[in-house]
Amino acid sequence: MIQIVVAGVAQGCVYGMIALGFVLIYKATEQVNFAQGDIMMLGMFTAFTLIATGGLSWWLGIVLAIAVTGAFGFFLDKLMLRQIIGQPQFAVVILTIALGFIFRSVAGGVWGADPVSFTTPYGRTIVTLNESETGNTVIDVSDLVIILGTIILVAVMYAFFRFTRIGIAMQAASQNQLAACYMGIPVKYIFSLIWGISAAVSCVAGILLAPKIATFDPDVGFLAITAFAAAVIGGFGSLPGALLGGLIIGVTEQLAQAYLPGDFARAVAPVSGFVILLVVLLVRPDGLFAQTQRKKV
Amino acid sequence: MIENLLSVRNIETYYGPIMALRGVSLDVPKGQIVTVLGANGAGKTTILKTVSGVMDPQKGSVTFEDNQIQGSDPDWVARQGIAHVPEGREVFPLLTVRENLSMGAFARTERGGIGADLEMVFDYFPILQERADQQAGYLSGGQQQMLAIARALMARPRLMLLDEPSLGLSPILVKEIFDIIRRLNKEQGVTMLLVEQNANMALQIAGYGYVLELGRIVMDDACHRLLESEDIKEFYLGVKKDAVRGRKRWRRKKTWR
Repeated sequence: MIQIVVAGVAQGCVYGMIALGFVLIYKATEQVNFAQGDIMMLGMFTAFTLIATGGLSWWLGIVLAIAVTGAFGFFLDKLMLRQIIGQPQFAVVILTIALGFIFRSVAGGVWGADPVSFTTPYGRTIVTLNESETGNTVIDVSDLVIILGTIILVAVMYAFFRFTRIGIAMQAASQNQLAACYMGIPVKYIFSLIWGISAAVSCVAGILLAPKIATFDPDVGFLAITAFAAAVIGGFGSLPGALLGGLIIGVTEQLAQAYLPGDFARAVAPVSGFVILLVVLLVRPDGLFAQTQRKKV
Repeated sequence: MIENLLSVRNIETYYGPIMALRGVSLDVPKGQIVTVLGANGAGKTTILKTVSGVMDPQKGSVTFEDNQIQGSDPDWVARQGIAHVPEGREVFPLLTVRENLSMGAFARTERGGIGADLEMVFDYFPILQERADQQAGYLSGGQQQMLAIARALMARPRLMLLDEPSLGLSPILVKEIFDIIRRLNKEQGVTMLLVEQNANMALQIAGYGYVLELGRIVMDDACHRLLESEDIKEFYLGVKKDAVRGRKRWRRKKTWR
């Protein structure tokens, strides 16, 4: 039981982090970035190139990969998304979907469609907790690293948004763009920064996820569809909600996998998150952590 | 000749195909309060938005301290020393009062001055100090208006654009807000461009006034003379006088038409 929950929480943390990426961008700019998963995929492949091909140490590799992906997100917004402001919402949706396709096929062209992996200092080590007659409780170290990494990331982000000048300015810009302009806050630049942060966060998610799933290919970004469900469960606009939504889906998937009978489990487990999504939408259409505050026009 | 901090020359601003400003010119001398009066939809807010860069004029120029600023980005204009207090307050509802104020000082870098200004602002608005750690969305309307003004003050602006500070406030609060505006002008030397529907209040604190109708300036004069004007009295101050020049009141036309 414990090992299932730990695995589920870890999986959920990954969903949660990707969902954070969605929500960050949505809250600030009211755009939904459907290329979020593919940005994560690019981050993973950047890490793969730096570590496996380039021979950098894991630490240096991930720091660089996160920085590169963050910069990529920043310029993606600055050079593309900011340019179509004023067009209908629809245009942004299509643009991000198209970008996702492009990233996926470019990644396929550059790195090939075969699964790849990179080594981590902790590898696929397994800790045995307590040995008993019915079976040992074993926990994958990569799961623990994911959980630890998420906690650190969330703490850092909380401190950033709560206490730094630029973090508060980001909140201000997302609450009232016009007033933020009047304060001399460079709103466009702030939005690009938020895209950068969002991309960096999904890169962290991808890097932590990599050892858990052992190998990955350019289609790994489809994970973001489940993460999207997590964001919706959380209320799409609430950062803690996104994380919680991720955890709920992660744990549910693992439990469904473990306790439902054979074939049924295989069929249902991957979509169990969406079942939760349906239930949440029926009971609380605004999501669990909806901000009741309506935006004034 | 008094130095003009802001001069607006013949600006024409459109909302899509609709011409909101039909060639407006006005001057704001340094250290003064200048007011623009006008009914709903006259274009008062549009003037302020054109000055602060939210809207770009098709024609005309806006000169602030010898620099032409028309058509610039609003955040850049704000950093030049123009603080816009928007209509309807527009505070950041989920940030605390203190955070709202710190956002006002966003463009400034010197730490010491900001701390001193926070003290100064709390001096003018003691209620904000009391509620410094509450979310701004929970303040009352009057307190939010105070916060909006205080937030703009934190930028140490040379020119403050005030858009209907009396909107939706009780008469006693209106008086309080206007008293503070007057004091800020006197004690801090902040130049102000005040847009108001409450003509009576505005004319009492301002030095010079413009009357705007349908996108045109129809009258301008020193405020004490405007207060005397028959047209202003009748149409903006609501002073009733029956049968001016022997006509029925509702037949009377404004002299500038």
